[in-house]
Amino acid sequence: MIEFLQQIINGLSLGAIYALIALGYTMIYGVLRFINFAHGDVFMVGAFAGLYVAPCVMKLSHGQPSWTATFLILIVAMMVCAILGIVIEKLAYRPLRDRPRLTVLITAIGVSLFLENFGQYAFGVDPQSFPDLIGDHAITIPAFFGPLCDLTIMVSQVLVFAVTLFLLIALRFIVTKTKLGMAMRALSVNPIATSLMGVNNDVVISFTFGLGSALAGAAGILISIQQPSIDPLMGLQPGIKAFVAAVLGGIGNIPGAALGGVLIGVIETLVVGYSDRLHIPPGYRDAVAFFLLILILLFKPTGLLGRVEREKV
Amino acid sequence: MLARSKLTLFAMLLAIFIASRFSALVTPYYYDILISIGVNIILATSLNLVNGYTGQFSLGHAGFMSVGAYAAASFTTYGTGFLGSLTRLSVGWCAALSSHTPGFLGGFVTRLGPYVSVSIYFGLALLVGGLAAGLAGLLVGIPSLRLKGDYLAIVTLGFGEIIKVIIENVDALGGSRGLSVDSQYTNLFWVYATAAITVYVVLSLVNSTYGRGFLTVRDDEIAAEAIGINTTKYKVLAFTLAAFFAGIAGGLYAHFKQYINPEGFNFLRSVDIVTMVILGGMGSTAGVVIAAILLTILPECLRAVSHWPFLPHWLGPLLENRMIPYSLLLIILMLTRPQGLFGGTRFHRAKRSKA
Amino acid sequence: MSETEPLQPLQPLLDLRDVTVQFGGLKAVADFNFAIRHGELVGLIGPNGAGKTTIFNLITGVYTPTSGAILFEGKSVAGRKPYLITKRGISRTFQNIRLFSSMTVFDNVRAAFNMHLRHGISHALWRGRGLAAEEKRVAQEAGELLDIFHLGKVRDAACTSLPYGDQRRLEIVRALATKPKLILLDEPAAGMNPTEKTELMELIRFVQEKFKIAVLLVEHDMRVVMGICQRIAVLDYGVKIAEGPAEEIKSNQAVIRAYLGVADDDAT
Repeated sequence: MIEFLQQIINGLSLGAIYALIALGYTMIYGVLRFINFAHGDVFMVGAFAGLYVAPCVMKLSHGQPSWTATFLILIVAMMVCAILGIVIEKLAYRPLRDRPRLTVLITAIGVSLFLENFGQYAFGVDPQSFPDLIGDHAITIPAFFGPLCDLTIMVSQVLVFAVTLFLLIALRFIVTKTKLGMAMRALSVNPIATSLMGVNNDVVISFTFGLGSALAGAAGILISIQQPSIDPLMGLQPGIKAFVAAVLGGIGNIPGAALGGVLIGVIETLVVGYSDRLHIPPGYRDAVAFFLLILILLFKPTGLLGRVEREKV
Repeated sequence: MLARSKLTLFAMLLAIFIASRFSALVTPYYYDILISIGVNIILATSLNLVNGYTGQFSLGHAGFMSVGAYAAASFTTYGTGFLGSLTRLSVGWCAALSSHTPGFLGGFVTRLGPYVSVSIYFGLALLVGGLAAGLAGLLVGIPSLRLKGDYLAIVTLGFGEIIKVIIENVDALGGSRGLSVDSQYTNLFWVYATAAITVYVVLSLVNSTYGRGFLTVRDDEIAAEAIGINTTKYKVLAFTLAAFFAGIAGGLYAHFKQYINPEGFNFLRSVDIVTMVILGGMGSTAGVVIAAILLTILPECLRAVSHWPFLPHWLGPLLENRMIPYSLLLIILMLTRPQGLFGGTRFHRAKRSKA
Repeated sequence: MSETEPLQPLQPLLDLRDVTVQFGGLKAVADFNFAIRHGELVGLIGPNGAGKTTIFNLITGVYTPTSGAILFEGKSVAGRKPYLITKRGISRTFQNIRLFSSMTVFDNVRAAFNMHLRHGISHALWRGRGLAAEEKRVAQEAGELLDIFHLGKVRDAACTSLPYGDQRRLEIVRALATKPKLILLDEPAAGMNPTEKTELMELIRFVQEKFKIAVLLVEHDMRVVMGICQRIAVLDYGVKIAEGPAEEIKSNQAVIRAYLGVADDDAT
């Protein structure tokens, strides 16, 4: 039982990161109706932004783990990714606004490949180690919780939960209570009507990209704190899994993406954790996400929380 | 064109046979490139049937190539006993035949024996690869082809990855360590003859009233159904046929490199083939063939250029990793000329409003 | 002629019985009863959103009725796949013209001969004499069809280069190439000027007479509908509110109410 709970906690921690990335996929699909293949690589850039900024910021704390440094790096990474996202949209996707969706998809593949390979050129192919920002260790659970104190909960996991929760609430606030958020939702339903209401669609789209990319950047830093080895191809697997999560929740649906992310994280952790009992070799870990994706698309393409869009004949 | 196309094919095959006799004139480096070009032509032409002519975006073509490669390799690896019997048989036939043929011709026929057996053997191996890949195409296609556009692309990508993971976990196929192939049966004739046949099949198919069905599926599925065309049948047919040829390409590849591993058939390889189809212009077989040639040569040119002495020092490694200029090429192509070299102007049309 | 005609019009060609289709909570069409006889020219009218195109989509298999029956020549076609329904003999045009944009005028029509082909994939590959003969036959029939409708001269033009009215005509020609027994025309007069509309009316009557097929017409232009339809059914909010010849419909109170709304006390 304890082992199961432990797997759940680990799964939730992984799922939170997938959720942050999935939100970006879903928001971008919502406003532009296409799958931003390059989103996983923005996540990677966030991690590397943190890597390069860390030395300067750590000078403040004399090289010691510090919470201030962590949050500063988090914010810087989010900003860098936001800017990257906005730039990519402006250069590569905006000119193709009226073209068939396939053209944009191929362009997105191109951007993704470019980021990965240029990353390998700029950052080197080998994995690098992310500095220890918070002095990660397991939290000692007071004996008062009885059998629960056998659980291992890392400080980094708590950080992940806290930051993700905060960002989710902030996102919900932006989407429901601000004008830009409302414009985003309107755009995802009917772009023409939205622009007729006096909304500058380009600004809203840029904003959406910036927001989604910033969340990916945050995810990049969070995962680097948990698993300090980063490399330019680190965005591939999480990117695909987060995409599956977005589809699982219903692509275009924001709460769906968060739900999907958490579900995928938990399922993946459970499958790996119980792989011997399920008779699934751990080597199939990465195929699990694809398998789930195919199942969803074949049986319920609108996902758990999505709506059906009918083509008018 | 109708009556003479078979003749043209025959003439081409003959020309390829004669040309391949001179393959000794080519250095191993260029021989390798020529084989690669041929294999890519087969891959790109077959994918063009799906992506270009039928309008279904498949991102998993390398997966079918790998099925064919492993199936063909398994056949030759585990079928050597069969080859032995085949050789004895054909040597016997040729000996019997030569006793009925005059002088020098008799000597020639006698020596044909081993060639015949190897050709039949290799041909069977390729066929096995193609059929296995075709079956995989059928299995993947039937559920997937209900989906449209982006979703179909992602699902085919997913299936490609699943195939890769399955192979990685099967020890008999060498897993992630790869599989070695004993004999190099592939030569220029095999590759280019297959390429010619692939081009013939695709062109013949499309240039008939029956084949026009593929185009209707691409242009407007609802209208196609309204004139009695079973769109699902055409989609699955294109998919399966393309997978079949990809499988044969895989078999040819395996018996040239003499080593295959799952990583060599990953998503990037699928993107390579898709890029050729796009560059050539979806729906233009000639364009796709030219694009296949160009894009096979491109990395070699880039590599050569990256070693030029008078290049700024940072540019060299940038060009050496061919994916960097490659991905930029892809982006620029989509921004400026998405219809590729020879495609129609369909892609420049503004997105039809779904009102 | 009458000896060789099959079982004639005691049984309607197309029979819709109590057809209802529901999308979520909305009944787009409710208890719709309607029949079309062989060779009849019938109109279906109603205010916007009344469900006319939904009826078309039900007949052609794009939608499946939630309840009720749709019989064509006595056999059910409800919920069957669209291409199978076309093979049975029902053809249609679309509200927003759906031509095959990458093809020429000629090829658009030739594509419609696909379902009558005797050769298949093996013939296409072998390219023998059978293929050549059939290709010739298809080309000839398609050419004749185009000539009848005065599109023969532009047969090699890209279909998207045709003026709007010609594109509509091409769509009708393509639908006729499938040799249907019933053709459904979805707002064929949309976007036409009065002259074109008069030509269209003649065209539809010509199609009905020359090809001896039934026509179901959905149209907003009353002059067109009243001008050529032998019988008209009126839909409002998914329900049939009237049916009969043009004169009856013109003066039917329910119909007038549906289109113009209920008169206020101080309205004219």
